[in-house]
Amino acid sequence: MTSLGTPVLEVADLRVEFRTDEGRVPAVRGVSFQLHRGEVLGIVGESGSGKSVTSLAMMGLLAGSARVSGSVRLRGTELLGASDKALSRVRGQSIAMIFQDPMTSLNPVYPIGYQVAEAIRAHHDISRDAARTQALQLLDAVSIPNPAQRVDNYPHELSGGMRQRVVIAIAMANGPEVIIADEPTTALDVTVQAQILDALRSAKERTGATMLLITHDLGVIAGQADRVLVMYAGRVVEAGTVEEIFYTPRMPYTLGLLGSQPRLDMRRQRLHPISGAPPSALNLPSGCPFAPRCPLAAPVCEAEEPPLTGAGGHLSACHFSDQLVGLEPGDLFRPVSQDSEL
Amino acid sequence: MIPQPGTKQPVLEVRNLVKHFPVRGRGLVRRRGGEVHAVCDVSFDLYPQETLGLVGESGCGKTTTARVLLNLQPATAGHVHYQGTELTQLSSKAMRRLRRELQIVFQDPYAALDPRLPVNEIIAEPLRIHGLYGPSGREDVRELLRLVGLTPEHGNRFPHEFSGGQRQRIGIARALALRPKVLVLDEPVSALDVSIQAGALNLLADLQARLGLSYLFVSHDLSVVRHIADRVAVMYLGRIVEVATADELFSAPAHPYTQALISAIPLPDPRKERARERIILTGDVPNPANPPSGCRFRTRCPLFAAHLTDAQRHRCTEDVPPLITHHHPTACHYTELSTLPALSGLSVAIGDDLPGSARAMRGREWG
Repeated sequence: MTSLGTPVLEVADLRVEFRTDEGRVPAVRGVSFQLHRGEVLGIVGESGSGKSVTSLAMMGLLAGSARVSGSVRLRGTELLGASDKALSRVRGQSIAMIFQDPMTSLNPVYPIGYQVAEAIRAHHDISRDAARTQALQLLDAVSIPNPAQRVDNYPHELSGGMRQRVVIAIAMANGPEVIIADEPTTALDVTVQAQILDALRSAKERTGATMLLITHDLGVIAGQADRVLVMYAGRVVEAGTVEEIFYTPRMPYTLGLLGSQPRLDMRRQRLHPISGAPPSALNLPSGCPFAPRCPLAAPVCEAEEPPLTGAGGHLSACHFSDQLVGLEPGDLFRPVSQDSEL
Repeated sequence: MIPQPGTKQPVLEVRNLVKHFPVRGRGLVRRRGGEVHAVCDVSFDLYPQETLGLVGESGCGKTTTARVLLNLQPATAGHVHYQGTELTQLSSKAMRRLRRELQIVFQDPYAALDPRLPVNEIIAEPLRIHGLYGPSGREDVRELLRLVGLTPEHGNRFPHEFSGGQRQRIGIARALALRPKVLVLDEPVSALDVSIQAGALNLLADLQARLGLSYLFVSHDLSVVRHIADRVAVMYLGRIVEVATADELFSAPAHPYTQALISAIPLPDPRKERARERIILTGDVPNPANPPSGCRFRTRCPLFAAHLTDAQRHRCTEDVPPLITHHHPTACHYTELSTLPALSGLSVAIGDDLPGSARAMRGREWG
């Protein structure tokens, strides 16, 4: 996707800090991106990289202990700091969210049809019957078999995959402009994951929504995303089209992730792990947070955190991104089994 | 039934293993309300120094199979032979002696380690239990820490001071303390992030080459299994539906379920991933308390749904397909009709840059 026209959603210098007993935890440290009409933007990163906190902060869903700054604009309207009342009009109407665990995002004491209808009635003044009819159509649209019978089922009567379809139906209910899907298939088996990715894609096509897809799974990103942000230690460390990220990465961390991933299309290749573990947000190293694990690290990396820069749309946060041209993971990371960290 | 690999004798032979769990009703009386057929007539062999992957989705019975064969849960029926000993009939005392040779590594590195013990004690515990913690015990523990890529200084710390990947290494060191011959690995890397997981997988491969271990590698992640296993057994709803060498299974899967499973795994490669044709299964896995008659996969089988005549379907509904050898053992009546539309993008790249000696015996074809 080219970055033409006004973005649907614009996030600028988003920062989130949690106050805990052990001190301040900077979970998101200056994330900026734009979502354009009709595209799928993938955010990929490992646990603790700040990808989920980013999406929760955008929607104003973080607890009071979080300090959020920066800007999140939906078609020019600022969402950060907006009143709860104003945000309620946006949530579920203009921006819909799909979370990892469908059991906790559905209310266990109401039938699923009621919950879909409720999402419609929250934003539209229509009768219960009309809402129920629409709910039936939505359940049908996400391929729930026999929606007329299923509509009065409770969440516990459905399988995980069916529940996630209901959540997608709720997300589609008001024709949102943006769908944020946070690890939507992580709790599901792989054959069901394929069904749900299919359902998500058709939900996106039916509503014309733009999608922000957050996942740790490089395979899901490769298949679904148009553009990708790679997050590490609360920052975007690389951004580009899906092909740029997978075929010509410019940040050692991205290259390391690709080299660590066992692949179905390769037999017993030696994997190239990244040594050490991601830093704790409580105790970030000075300079580039990836430097302690990076084979290219030099004194400048510990002195100064590299900015996210680059030509065109392909950006990376590395002092030595030029040196990565043409490198394979194995050229940089050693295929060891020992972990020299600590 | 299972191809015999020349002269090698299996270390572990599993025959017709069955495990049913009673389902109890609610309320005071807790009447028995039927049985969950978790493992149903499962047979396989594990050969010396090989890695057998046992794969399937949640609820297919792979973990129960692993637990029953280690006698951590009693089998309902069937046999497990370990070097001439029948395990299913053993008293817990007799089994304890054999546990030296058959060890397990659990999935969750947070739950599997006692948070109150320092790492040295966690690793020494099996040695003490078996009366093997002698004068050299301290040095043995230090050596085990080095073996799994930690340093002896780590021994005085407590589990909470370690990352998930390091905890899993501690769990592996503990399992290796008694110098086992067989290691059951139950989703050993599933809780780890991908950059950490890679180091743990390399470690397991190195340990196998160094110590001559046999692995039963239980996992839901086919990409990981592709990477580490010599042979793979695929389970669906309590039954093994296909067994083959890893190369054969991934390049020419014969059972419709295996084909769908492989086609559902996303490839971390945008061009290949987008060029693939998917088999998307409909519906969910049936309830194991009430499995379908005949072939358990028929309710979701694309072959059954679209390509069989009524007479052929009748056979799927009535007869349980046995695990019989076509090209390799497959439990499908019509495996010859089942062709995967596109394994495109899965043509295997030769990436076998492992130390030759370590893998000399792994490359062997079973036939």
